[in-house]
Amino acid sequence: MSRKILLEHDDVPGIETFDVYRKHGGYRSVEKALKTMSPQNVVEEVQKSGLRGRGGAGFPTGMKWSFLAKPEGVPRYLLCNADESEPGTFKDRYLMEKIPHRLIEGMIVSSYALGANTSYIYIRGEYMWILDILEKAIAEAYANGFLGKNILGSGFDLDLRVAPGGGAYICGEETALIESLEGKRGNPRLKPPFPAVKGLWGCPTVVNNVESIAAVVPIVNDGGDEYAKIGLGKSTGTKLISASGNLVRPGVYEIEMGITVEEFIYGDQYCRGIANNKKLKACIPGGSSVPILPAHLVTKTAEGTDRLMTYESLAEGGFASGSMLGSGGFIVFDEDQCIVRNTWTFARFYAHESCGQCSPCREGTGWMEKVLNRLEHGQGTLEDIDLLAEINKKIEGNTICPLGDAAAWPVAAAIRHFREEFEWHVTHPEESQKRNYGLVLPKSTLV
Amino acid sequence: MVKVTIDDIQIEVEEGTTILNAARQIGGDVVPPAMCFYSKLPGTGGKCRTCLVEVAAGSEKDPRPMPKLVASCSTPVMDGMVVKNKTSERVHENRGGIVEFLLINHPLDCPICDQAGECHLQDLGFEHGKSATRYKEKRRTFDPITIGNKIKLHMNRCILCYRCVAVANQLTDKRVHGVLHRGDHAEISTYIENAIENDFSGNMIDVCPVGALTDKTFRFKSRVWFLKPMEASCSCSKCSGKAVVWMFGNEIYRVTARKDKYGEVESNEDGKTAWICNECRFDKKDASKWSIEGPRTINRHSVISQNLYTSDRKITDKKLN
Ligand SMILES: Cc1cc2nc3c(=O)[nH]c(=O)nc-3n(C[C@H](O)[C@H](O)[C@H](O)COP(=O)(O)O)c2cc1C
Ligand code: SF4
Ligand code: FES
Repeated sequence: MSRKILLEHDDVPGIETFDVYRKHGGYRSVEKALKTMSPQNVVEEVQKSGLRGRGGAGFPTGMKWSFLAKPEGVPRYLLCNADESEPGTFKDRYLMEKIPHRLIEGMIVSSYALGANTSYIYIRGEYMWILDILEKAIAEAYANGFLGKNILGSGFDLDLRVAPGGGAYICGEETALIESLEGKRGNPRLKPPFPAVKGLWGCPTVVNNVESIAAVVPIVNDGGDEYAKIGLGKSTGTKLISASGNLVRPGVYEIEMGITVEEFIYGDQYCRGIANNKKLKACIPGGSSVPILPAHLVTKTAEGTDRLMTYESLAEGGFASGSMLGSGGFIVFDEDQCIVRNTWTFARFYAHESCGQCSPCREGTGWMEKVLNRLEHGQGTLEDIDLLAEINKKIEGNTICPLGDAAAWPVAAAIRHFREEFEWHVTHPEESQKRNYGLVLPKSTLV
Repeated sequence: MVKVTIDDIQIEVEEGTTILNAARQIGGDVVPPAMCFYSKLPGTGGKCRTCLVEVAAGSEKDPRPMPKLVASCSTPVMDGMVVKNKTSERVHENRGGIVEFLLINHPLDCPICDQAGECHLQDLGFEHGKSATRYKEKRRTFDPITIGNKIKLHMNRCILCYRCVAVANQLTDKRVHGVLHRGDHAEISTYIENAIENDFSGNMIDVCPVGALTDKTFRFKSRVWFLKPMEASCSCSKCSGKAVVWMFGNEIYRVTARKDKYGEVESNEDGKTAWICNECRFDKKDASKWSIEGPRTINRHSVISQNLYTSDRKITDKKLN
């Protein structure tokens, strides 16, 4: 059931060039949309497709587009979120590296649908070589009349630019991205107003993930109804999954939503099982921000039904026994991995990446990191475990942007499902050190 | 006009009013504490989260409760909204959590801090804090820096409310005053000791809710509660010349702007905020330069002004964990 729609022709040599891409059916959607469809038609097709945002939250793209305010005489902007910084997520990178024109094609059609005449791709600072790839591809699109003034004689103008960030995870949050693009410090804004009303330079703005925008190409080519037939239920279409961890064959896979998690981990077309004949211990199915699942809840739900690769099935059981599809950063742990260590690693990431604007996230992420550091290094107490759970509750829901939640959830889930392991670190400080893979003990954070 | 109910008290306010401002119109203890919002400084608020309240009903039209607590300083009221502040157990609990967050890295050096006695964090800690800390780690520290030659910045005490950044924003479009770094290592900075050259930079001190920004001409001179605050004015070409002079005997120890009970600088009759200029604040310590109008009532819920250390509320009333 492996199905290539977004990654179609990714194995064709030279597909990153305009000529080869065009020869393989590239830019058809631009011709179709600009010549035969009104912008509203394109929006309708995207609504029919049931496409949900691939950046993490899974918000229906068509609905987001329909919310865009359209005051007279005010420009509108489409921003592509290529900040991809969530640990475990590297799918947009593959798409942009291999088939840059697919994203550019999607940007043209989407900008047309939204009435945007200047659009930006905001790319993380660590993807500098992809910036070059995109800029080269954009130059080719200009040269061939797919960007610039009066595209294909339709009267539609579009300028497309790539803007690199400075390497901050928080700039992937849509309003921080907008601030950063405006040349300011990347602090998330208070909402409302939402970007659909007041975004870039105070104008109505849509922010979409790379994969969401790329998916507009097949939707326009084949129609929203056709696209909606792919996938399962409300999880329509294909999804890029970046699989990492202790897998025989980690990598980026395009899957049709609805395959079982079991098939994805063990199937021949996909990851081919756990590496080195080890056993599965845990899995984080949607990037570092989503709850971790212990082995018995990975391939089956708490009810005993098969867990599927869909938004709904991965979330089944709520936070008690489920998780989220998130960005599709699928991280697998074998029996040798230390959950405490992993939780600390993530906590360190969030403490480092918090913008520091609001007190629960700024102070809470730093505090959790320090407590986890001690626990991991055999200096924790049993009370520390409860303390972590409490700090968590005080962050969750009390912050400006979802980074606070994203920092709190993984810790809460790790304690929920692997409490004994945390306790073992407390009761067996020396043995837990031996699991430290020869890594040096950092300085104590205690006074 | 829209109707809103806060802690069972109903009030009619203008459309677009925030929950916090509506509560301030009612007054008393239904007013949530605000550590970062400052009505005179556009763009402030939303950051500290001490003003979180529970919305038990969103509006007349859509009476569903809001799932999360909301920042009252930046959430506008809707017609028929029902808000719970002090009547909400959830608010009480979460505000306690926020206060704990604000304190974990705070040095608690009140005995040597010039802000003691008029510090909003002290008040907040007294009302919502616990008597013992659960924070066992090293607190973060920074070296003190100087902003211009009259202002001292003790970053250790800062709660990153961004109010001083808003002052700098308002004063100059070439600001070199802002925030460096991220997360709990973020710090207020002027790109290291580069002064903001402006006649009104001293107002940063007045908007600082804690003792992070202090007046170098007053530092360590006296505890504020030993001084007599007097309303005074002078003729000044730069500002309104309306200030409060803090006296010991006949001597002026420091000069501040006139502040209301929420610690915000008052407005002049013309509606403009009565910021004072650096010359009035730092250089006019000679009582003959001022015409002294009379004592100033300090209308705030300060720990010291209420004498809560000794009277009706005993320390045992508070949760001792
Ligand atoms: C801290 C944080 C980081 C985020 N990083 C990204 C990111 O790197 N890429 C992305 O597409 N969305 C990211 N998001 C989600 C965006 O805010 C936004 O929801 C998304 O770009 C919308 O696109 P979509 O509707 O196409 O999914 C992030 C959100 C948060 C709170
Ligand atoms: S939740 Fe964290 S990252 Fe988001 S605004 Fe608050 S401090 Fe910044
Ligand atoms: S006063 Fe509302 S968040 Fe700080």
